Amino acid sequence: MTQPRLSRRQVMKGAAGAAMSVSLAQLIAACGLPGSRDTGWTAGTDWNAWWRDQQKNGSFNFASWPLYIDTDGGKHPSLDKFTKETGIDVTYSPVIQDNASFFSQISPVLQNGQSIGYDLIVISNGWQLTQLMQNKWLIPLDHSRMPNFRKYAGTVATDLAYDPHLTYCAVWQAGVTAIAYDEKQVDGPIDSLDALFDPKYKGKVGMLSDPDELGTAGLLALGINPQTSTYADWQKSADLLTRQRDEGIVRQYYDNSYIKALEDGDLAISQAYSGDVFQAQNSGYPNLKFVIPKQGGVIWRDNMVIPYHAENPVDAIEWINFAYNPEIAALIADWVNYICPVPAAKPIIANQLDDPTVANSPLVFPSEAELSRLKEYPVTETLKTHEQWVGLFDPIIQS
Amino acid sequence: MKSRIGPYLQSAPAMLWLALFFIVPLLAIVSISLMTGNSIDGYTLTWNFSVFPDALDQYSAQLGRSFLYGGISTLLALIAMYPVAYWIAFHGGRRKSIFLFLLLLPFLVSFIIRILTWQFILSDEGIVLGTLKDLGILGENAHILSTPVAVITGLTYDALPWMALPIYVALEKIDRDLVEAAGDLYASGYQQFRRIILPLSAPGIYAGILLVGIANIGDYLSAQILGGPSTTMIGNIIQTQYVQNGDYPVASALSLMLMLALLLCVFVYARVFGTRTIQEYA
Amino acid sequence: MAGKGISADGARPVRRFPWTRFVLPSYVFVVMAYTLVPIAVMILYTFNKAPNQRLTFSWHGFTTEWYSKLFEVQDLTQALWHSLEVAVISSIIATALGTPAAIALARRRFRGRGAIDLVVVTNLTAPTVVVGASLLGFFIALSVPRGLVTILIAHVAFNIAIVIIVVQARVSGFDESLEEAAADLGAPPWITFWKVTMPLILPGIFSAFLLSFALSIDDYIITSFVAGQTLTFPLWVAGAVKVGIPPQVFVMGTLIFVSGVLIALASLILQRWGDHGETVRT
Repeated sequence: MTQPRLSRRQVMKGAAGAAMSVSLAQLIAACGLPGSRDTGWTAGTDWNAWWRDQQKNGSFNFASWPLYIDTDGGKHPSLDKFTKETGIDVTYSPVIQDNASFFSQISPVLQNGQSIGYDLIVISNGWQLTQLMQNKWLIPLDHSRMPNFRKYAGTVATDLAYDPHLTYCAVWQAGVTAIAYDEKQVDGPIDSLDALFDPKYKGKVGMLSDPDELGTAGLLALGINPQTSTYADWQKSADLLTRQRDEGIVRQYYDNSYIKALEDGDLAISQAYSGDVFQAQNSGYPNLKFVIPKQGGVIWRDNMVIPYHAENPVDAIEWINFAYNPEIAALIADWVNYICPVPAAKPIIANQLDDPTVANSPLVFPSEAELSRLKEYPVTETLKTHEQWVGLFDPIIQS
Repeated sequence: MKSRIGPYLQSAPAMLWLALFFIVPLLAIVSISLMTGNSIDGYTLTWNFSVFPDALDQYSAQLGRSFLYGGISTLLALIAMYPVAYWIAFHGGRRKSIFLFLLLLPFLVSFIIRILTWQFILSDEGIVLGTLKDLGILGENAHILSTPVAVITGLTYDALPWMALPIYVALEKIDRDLVEAAGDLYASGYQQFRRIILPLSAPGIYAGILLVGIANIGDYLSAQILGGPSTTMIGNIIQTQYVQNGDYPVASALSLMLMLALLLCVFVYARVFGTRTIQEYA
Repeated sequence: MAGKGISADGARPVRRFPWTRFVLPSYVFVVMAYTLVPIAVMILYTFNKAPNQRLTFSWHGFTTEWYSKLFEVQDLTQALWHSLEVAVISSIIATALGTPAAIALARRRFRGRGAIDLVVVTNLTAPTVVVGASLLGFFIALSVPRGLVTILIAHVAFNIAIVIIVVQARVSGFDESLEEAAADLGAPPWITFWKVTMPLILPGIFSAFLLSFALSIDDYIITSFVAGQTLTFPLWVAGAVKVGIPPQVFVMGTLIFVSGVLIALASLILQRWGDHGETVRT
């Protein structure tokens, strides 16, 4: 520890002395970093009264994911329609690339009790959303302002294990994590997760670098229902996945870039998200197939939530309502090709938008029977369980 | 102009900035590394020194790998660039600055784009592998991306101009008369090189090794974009622990250990050649 | 010391280093070509008709579409502006703060000079991942919100060291008798500074500014720690790797490259013109 002492001595000698000692003192006095506990709204807030006091401001900031809204020549028709009909301008920023890093960007701001600059964000169910809810960093939705939601939302949007009373979350899109493969590189159709562990595809298998996705795939492959799984199950899954890695079967742990690897032929088979594969099939890669294996797939939901301290909540909630208008939901679903939370959008896509491929796709409008084959993620409600989970699967990815 | 406090006044603003935004932050992570806690309850300073051996134990593979990849790429860059720098310095003639300019062109391309283009070049069906596969030299399943080879290729490429520049400067400084004299004394070409040119260019070589080595050992973008399972470097760990997982103490401890290890190299260098030479060649 | 390679009659060896004629130049040519491959790839693929507005390595036909649609990806354009903004402002601040310090360090001997040298060298050689992580730790500890300002602070910090070194090299190389002459002729110190010193060191200041600018616009690792929600060009590109990179990224890279080449060529010519005959050094 001689290095810091040395620098400190130099620093004290230098002209910097005065300013330095102030910040040093501040640092040493702090002797710690604040946590997020009790940094959200106080329990007992009367949200009905709060919503009554809010006013429409004529604009709002919307943070979402790249390639996740209908786009036409650099414009977003659904947002333009919204502006035309309501007079509310939308600043749309596709800045979210994964939940964890986005959360790490906004959490210090929320912890300081400041606005993050966005009035609406799209975030997947998982540990980060759980934390946003537990820290009271989200504003409860005023359902009286969302009549379209009550009227048109399908079970995908109303049956949420992580937010049973729909207090905070309005589903933007949902999707399935299952497997995709390149017809040209495998022999015959694939219908089982076992293919991901098949030495035949050594070096040609892609797994996802999100620990939730990775660990859940292991559980499913072992025939365990993720939602009711225990720590012992998680360990078994971690063992299986470690073996898969050590045998050289996994080429890489991918973020969304797995789809490019599939398109380029770098992968024969991979864990995959439904919408990505659908988009790829329709843009020159019909050789890519998406299957929900016999062990089942996992359903995830990306939710629109209003962060605490948002400056334009009324405008934001008006958009939520607007997005549940079947015509608008159709516009969006027809472009992003994920599971649409509004079943009534199906005939609109088939007829008005004249796109039966999307309308009839079970990956966009799955039947109840198909939905029932989908599993939920393991629940990590507390920091301890979360750390257990991450402690098992992170070392596999980051080895 | 020649007052006693003059130089202090002149250097004060710059030093203040460096003190506040370089040295104090280093002290801050010393204190953070000794804290315990979690993101919800916050972290408190508990003088938890065991974080150092624990982190070392947990991430020894990644730490070792960083030094391995950093070392190999530095060595490759040295082997590739020494002859080039030598040729430009001694045989470049009047077009010296043009050659030098060509050599430094990669600097003008964004770091991240440089790495991305390697993803293109090394792609399974790309220019290199596609051709080799068509010729039947490589099997259908052969791949370079996602392997250590790809990461080291990226690191090495990035290092080339950084390595060439200080070596060139050192070679350029060598007194031509000295080389001539050796020739007159019937030293063979090899001997001229061994006995005069190589020793005199040593400070440049070491400066190159230092610059490139440190940058590559701490790099994480090459591993992130070109690597695969089991190519994770210590930079990747520090980045994910800090930015994504919010595990500040472990990330701070790793940063400090990396910093200390590399500082040691710098100090050894400074002892041998003096700090001024680092500046000169940097 | 007689070597083996001397001709028997004891005359000067007729042809020393025969290999420098063919082997070495061809080697240099190969290495040079190698360093230019990624640049060529970048430029080539700006003309690829990429389907779904994303870069793929397979060739779909020639187009100049992406040049005309350069600013169509709004957030990418914004990220580029952020980068330019940060690069300009941070280079100006760093040059303004670093230049006086460099003059003091080059011209004066004073107590603490060694310590300042040490800080500058450490700053220059510290692994970027550690610099980034420690700044983030510092900002977190002080609850400073991350954004454009913190990026700027970080960039100024690493640019100051660069400026100090580049300007210092220039200042130590010039003739102080010129200043003395001016003083003897009765010029007040500030006139001497502006009329004599300044013009002499201006090229050094200019190249320091350019170098800071280039390093700042290129920085990924340090920025990735302190950026918060603000995205710069390299950060945006690194993020876009996950979903596919729009061809505009390579177009921007190409334009940055071309303007870099032009600026470098211009300053090379200017410098040649300025100090005739002297070897040009970066």
